[in-house]
Amino acid sequence: METTWTAGKMAPFRQGVQAGVAIAIGYMPIALTFGLLAKTTGLTLAETVLMSVVVFAGASQYIALSLLSVGTGIFEIILTTFVLNLRHFLMSASLNEKAEADALWKKALYAFGITDETFSVAAMKEGTVSASYMFGLIMMAYGSWVVNSGIGYAVGASLPESLQESMSVALYAMFIGLLVPALKKERKTVWLAGLAAVFNSLGTLVFHLSKGWSIVLATLLSAVVVEWLAKKGENEDE
Amino acid sequence: MNNAIVWMILGMGIVTYLPRMLPFVLFGRVELPPFWQGVLKNVPYAALGALIIPDIFFIQDDVLFGVIGFAAAVTAAWLGANVIVVVLAAVVVLSCYSMLM
Repeated sequence: METTWTAGKMAPFRQGVQAGVAIAIGYMPIALTFGLLAKTTGLTLAETVLMSVVVFAGASQYIALSLLSVGTGIFEIILTTFVLNLRHFLMSASLNEKAEADALWKKALYAFGITDETFSVAAMKEGTVSASYMFGLIMMAYGSWVVNSGIGYAVGASLPESLQESMSVALYAMFIGLLVPALKKERKTVWLAGLAAVFNSLGTLVFHLSKGWSIVLATLLSAVVVEWLAKKGENEDE
Repeated sequence: MNNAIVWMILGMGIVTYLPRMLPFVLFGRVELPPFWQGVLKNVPYAALGALIIPDIFFIQDDVLFGVIGFAAAVTAAWLGANVIVVVLAAVVVLSCYSMLM
């Protein structure tokens, strides 16, 4: 998104805000539906908004609702959340490598806003990532998530069904929009994304791993295997 | 507010925040071995692959729905559209598809 000629002049915070627009749009249908589902699960409006404010992790909030509705214990819900969100450890470790040398408290603050989507956008940005950029990016994503959770609950409706259905592709389309330019640029990224896609498909469809473990293992395995092959190739060239 | 629910939310918040925050603290000042730096640089591309596939094909019961959305997004992105345009293209194409069904 920052390939336009204005990007160089733009302050990092504004750049982050602009990059966050796609996420804000993509979160809307998911957050609205979350609010609606929370209501039917029997949560209060305050509890619903509190969950979005404190947790800020779409998939695990959905799973918490479905586990609550079948009477699963709280400890198990927390454990499930932990496993599902372990992948963010890998993402934060990766982002740390391209983070500018901001104060640790600023990093610890924006770390709260690392989701699949904010990570992907930040990771695909050219150059380094500053705290200001992350604050702008996360403000858009977090704002959309919290506000739309509340609206979904209060209004008790989501988008019209056909629009809701077609908007369910939004975040995936965003991931594709971020990935494809990299695929065109560098051969290695094709292997990375392709292998991880195959491993994740095997993990969920064949080995029936939980979504959390499958994504972590597929990502790590692909990143390690490709790095190992690349190193091996370099050594052989010498 | 129900106390048990509030505790659950706080617990979920803590176990979600820790994995997000710890790498910045743990690896903040250490220089990792080059191999692992390389691995971490690979992570975004691998993660995107795993985030997209296979889930995109199962967003609706109708697998074709996901396939068409996938094809629309890849085509738009391949032609060099910016991210927002890619998102809109996929949504619009799928809206047309739902109307035809």
